[in-house]
Amino acid sequence: MRMQKIGVKRSLSDRVILFVGFSLLALFTVSILVPLAYVVIASFMDPNVLNNQGISFRLKDWSLEAYRRVFADAMIWRGFANSFFYSVTATAISVFVTLLAAYPMSKKDLVGRRFFNALFLITMFFGGGLIPTFILMNRLRLVNTIWALLLPGAFNVWNMILARTYYQSISKELWEAAQIDGATEIQYFLKILIPLCKPIIAVLALWGFVGMWNSYFDAMIYLNDAKLQPLQLVLRSILVQNTPQSGMIADIQSTAEMAKMAELLKYSTIVVSSIPLLVMYPFFQKYFDKGIMAGSIKG
Amino acid sequence: MEAKASSGSRKRSTGQKLLYVKRNWQLYIFFLMPALLLTAVFKYLPMGGILMAFEDYNVRLGLLGSEWVGLDYFRRFLSSPDFISYLLNTLKLSLYGLLWGFPVPIILALLLNQIRSVGIKKKIQLLIYAPNFISVIVLCGMIRMFLSPIGPLNQVLGTETNWMTMPGAFRTIYIASGIWQGAGWASIMYTAALSNVSKELEEAATIDGANILEQVWYVQLPAIKNIIVIQFILSAGNIMSVGFEKAYALQTGMNLPTSEIISTYVYKIGLLNGDYGYSTAVGIFNSLINVILLLFVNGIVSKLNDGEGL
Repeated sequence: MRMQKIGVKRSLSDRVILFVGFSLLALFTVSILVPLAYVVIASFMDPNVLNNQGISFRLKDWSLEAYRRVFADAMIWRGFANSFFYSVTATAISVFVTLLAAYPMSKKDLVGRRFFNALFLITMFFGGGLIPTFILMNRLRLVNTIWALLLPGAFNVWNMILARTYYQSISKELWEAAQIDGATEIQYFLKILIPLCKPIIAVLALWGFVGMWNSYFDAMIYLNDAKLQPLQLVLRSILVQNTPQSGMIADIQSTAEMAKMAELLKYSTIVVSSIPLLVMYPFFQKYFDKGIMAGSIKG
Repeated sequence: MEAKASSGSRKRSTGQKLLYVKRNWQLYIFFLMPALLLTAVFKYLPMGGILMAFEDYNVRLGLLGSEWVGLDYFRRFLSSPDFISYLLNTLKLSLYGLLWGFPVPIILALLLNQIRSVGIKKKIQLLIYAPNFISVIVLCGMIRMFLSPIGPLNQVLGTETNWMTMPGAFRTIYIASGIWQGAGWASIMYTAALSNVSKELEEAATIDGANILEQVWYVQLPAIKNIIVIQFILSAGNIMSVGFEKAYALQTGMNLPTSEIISTYVYKIGLLNGDYGYSTAVGIFNSLINVILLLFVNGIVSKLNDGEGL
């Protein structure tokens, strides 16, 4: 809470600076809002109105046609289900592995600490690259399996550093006390340390989930099977490659009408696919500050 | 490495170390093992594949049996006219991106910090963080729709320009949309640090007659200086790793003169054309520049920042 500085009057130059600054901030905020609002409003338009004049605020120009078609499409639903499954499992595996590894790395007296640290850090800046990784995945027979998405990114060095820094902020005396009570490292970790780490776990989980949900590269190169494809690849064909799901518009007779509907469908597809994250993230907001501050301290 | 393994000034003998490992085997087997295995398999094994960049790789003959071609691929790439163009595209995209994009979150955080009403501040933050949660594909889809000849921007302007096919527009589109999507989210870190600035210090400065700019300069900027430095080194170290996903999703046949960057090129020649060795060589070249840049920037910043680098 900020205290109102009653009695301290701003000078004229200060007020001018604040006015210019706040105007810029307002401009930025509006520039964020307008495109988002446009997409949402456009998605409710009648295809002809959208095509001829853009958005309109007259109720008779509105229609739910596009949503009916998006929700009726099997590929979108399957994409949703796949993305949800990949994101949840990948996040669970990744957060677990990362939290585990960060624990010994947080101990200053760990034998081999420098060695492991160097081993991990190198991978942040140098790697085999696209083709060697692809060939390896092929050799391991992971191509066209869900493991191709789940395993390679399961251990994230940067996240490990964040978790390690967070552990180090927790008092050492807790571990000493637990030791006296006869607890093993595993017991201490699971029963005492982890429950204290909720903010950092929330942040890592959110990042993991969002990252997996929103990416398409790995799925594009490793999953050819249409049944396995996540939502982003379905969206890619609709939004970027401009090829709407044929099922969505197959019943429309004229090519011109089809094109108008295809354009409208892009807007409603965007809304439907983006809603889950946009609704979810405000619930995590209270963890952002703590978790992110932990990360900004050097590891 | 092992010899240096002990921490701090306390040197331990090999026997003491073995005893430590034996006593604390859980730390190695239960905690570290999963991460070590994943790192070994998915990060270090592919590094062996770097050999491919020096040989005419043949799947049947394998990595060790294929014919050695030495630096042929590197010569081919470095002497091709495309090389300079892709390298410059990559560099310009990230340098301009850094130049325009880096200060925005800092300014946003400083301005947010001036807002007295907690409610308004929270609402603005909620809104400006939101684009970060939109996927690359959706962002690029929106850009393509807004900028299409029949899209809203052309409707407003009364024109029918197709910006997506204009090489001259690509970088502006890429960088502006990057700021739109990421600047708000990137400001979180600075906002969090600013909220830790002691209120007494700010009040004292006000009472001493410091105006807003002086407060920002003497009180607030020093509080976020370290974060600015770390962020800058990290961004500079990533100059050559411009995101594949967004550049690829914004490419059209017509804007390739500016939109073809090294990572999209590596993907196309490697996975689409199957030219494994050449693709790997180009990729290695990219990583090397990256590592050199990182060390270089880290060195400079350390000097400027009293010996404190990353």
